[in-house]
Amino acid sequence: MREISALRMIDKKNAFEDKVLSNKLELSPQSIDTLQMNITLKCNQACLHCHVDSSPKRTEQMNKETIDKCLEILKNHPQIKNLDITGGAPELNPNFDYLVVEAKKIGKHVLVRHNLTVTIDGDPVTKESKMYLPDFYASHGIEVISSLPYYQEYFTDKQRGKGVFQKSIQSMKLLNASGYGDKSGELILDLVYNPVGAFLPASQATLEKDYKEELWNKFGLKFNNLYTITNLPIHRFREQLERLGAYDEYMEKLINAFNPAAALGIMCRSLLSISYDGKIFDCDFNQMLDMQIFVDKPVTVFDFDYNKLINRNIIFGTHCFGCTAGSGSSCSGALSE
Amino acid sequence: MNYYESKDLGRFAEVGKFKPELMKKFFDYYSEATGTDGALTKREKALIALAISHFKQCPYCIDAYTTASLEAGSNPDQMTEAIHVAAAMAAGMNLVHAVQMLNVFEKTGA
Repeated sequence: MREISALRMIDKKNAFEDKVLSNKLELSPQSIDTLQMNITLKCNQACLHCHVDSSPKRTEQMNKETIDKCLEILKNHPQIKNLDITGGAPELNPNFDYLVVEAKKIGKHVLVRHNLTVTIDGDPVTKESKMYLPDFYASHGIEVISSLPYYQEYFTDKQRGKGVFQKSIQSMKLLNASGYGDKSGELILDLVYNPVGAFLPASQATLEKDYKEELWNKFGLKFNNLYTITNLPIHRFREQLERLGAYDEYMEKLINAFNPAAALGIMCRSLLSISYDGKIFDCDFNQMLDMQIFVDKPVTVFDFDYNKLINRNIIFGTHCFGCTAGSGSSCSGALSE
Repeated sequence: MNYYESKDLGRFAEVGKFKPELMKKFFDYYSEATGTDGALTKREKALIALAISHFKQCPYCIDAYTTASLEAGSNPDQMTEAIHVAAAMAAGMNLVHAVQMLNVFEKTGA
């Protein structure tokens, strides 16, 4: 039987589910051990690959009522061990510090997706300084996860804007000075690589070795782990692909690189994503595509039911090929090497 | 339509429509030689292939190995250096044959 061509699959609504079925995989939720809260769409940067379409112009912020509801969920569910705070630049939410402090009080492992430059730039609208962040993170034992597309200026600035590489280096020096990246592993600083274009990430282990050598030799910088993430073809990145006439080719690449081993480890099987307005999604990408979880009705933090959510059907789409291509991709990097 | 169309790179396997057993042997050898980490890493092999692609001026190969080098974690500086190695080799191969010219000078008394 002739296989459906990859390009025709792009247009097929259930293309991802068909691929999962044909590989005899079963991708239902296994746990909910991470709550990922997207607390603002505002950012001091406007990166080319951003699936959130973040920029200094965005105004969406999670309010305190929704933050408190999320803290209540975390407190009432000890099996949700991790709080993953993202955005935009999450530090630009006025209640960011409060969320971090309260989450630590209830014993959660807190990760912040920190873009490094917000420390140097401050709030692009209010001009509030954010230079306190390295010490704040250190004093609360926060795991910091930061994007650095490459260990060289050319690729980093190409994707994230002029001057970002130098500011990132400056910010990493401040984090190292606060104790981050040490071999002791007490204060963890992870870096995230994502391709500066329409290609798949290199081997995570190989890149981690390169990053550690280059950043140490050239700048005296240390970090703990490198994670590689595949760019998902939605929003700003999809627009870039379409401008370049590269969307179909990129989708074909993702589909052809489908890896069943990576598929088994996709993050939606153990994570829930919360939008700034309290809606619940299978992941940050589904959130950006407005694919809200539906169990009897669209689910929000205000009607959180753990048992219903652990037994839900995850909503898939063609963008999911991004998480299952090659070594796979997730918020904590490659899924198989 | 041009003689070279980038979408044709994706049709390489169709050459196996005739004598498929020979094409299978090629692809098995090719994958093993170029696509695995061995004494050389995949990245080193991709950079070698990129250099050869330019030396032989094969547009299909340049396309494929530019992407392969990037997907092996390489960067424009490394990739450009590899091409300069190929260019320097091409120049050197020309120039070293001039020793033959010198031999003829000697032989003819020129």
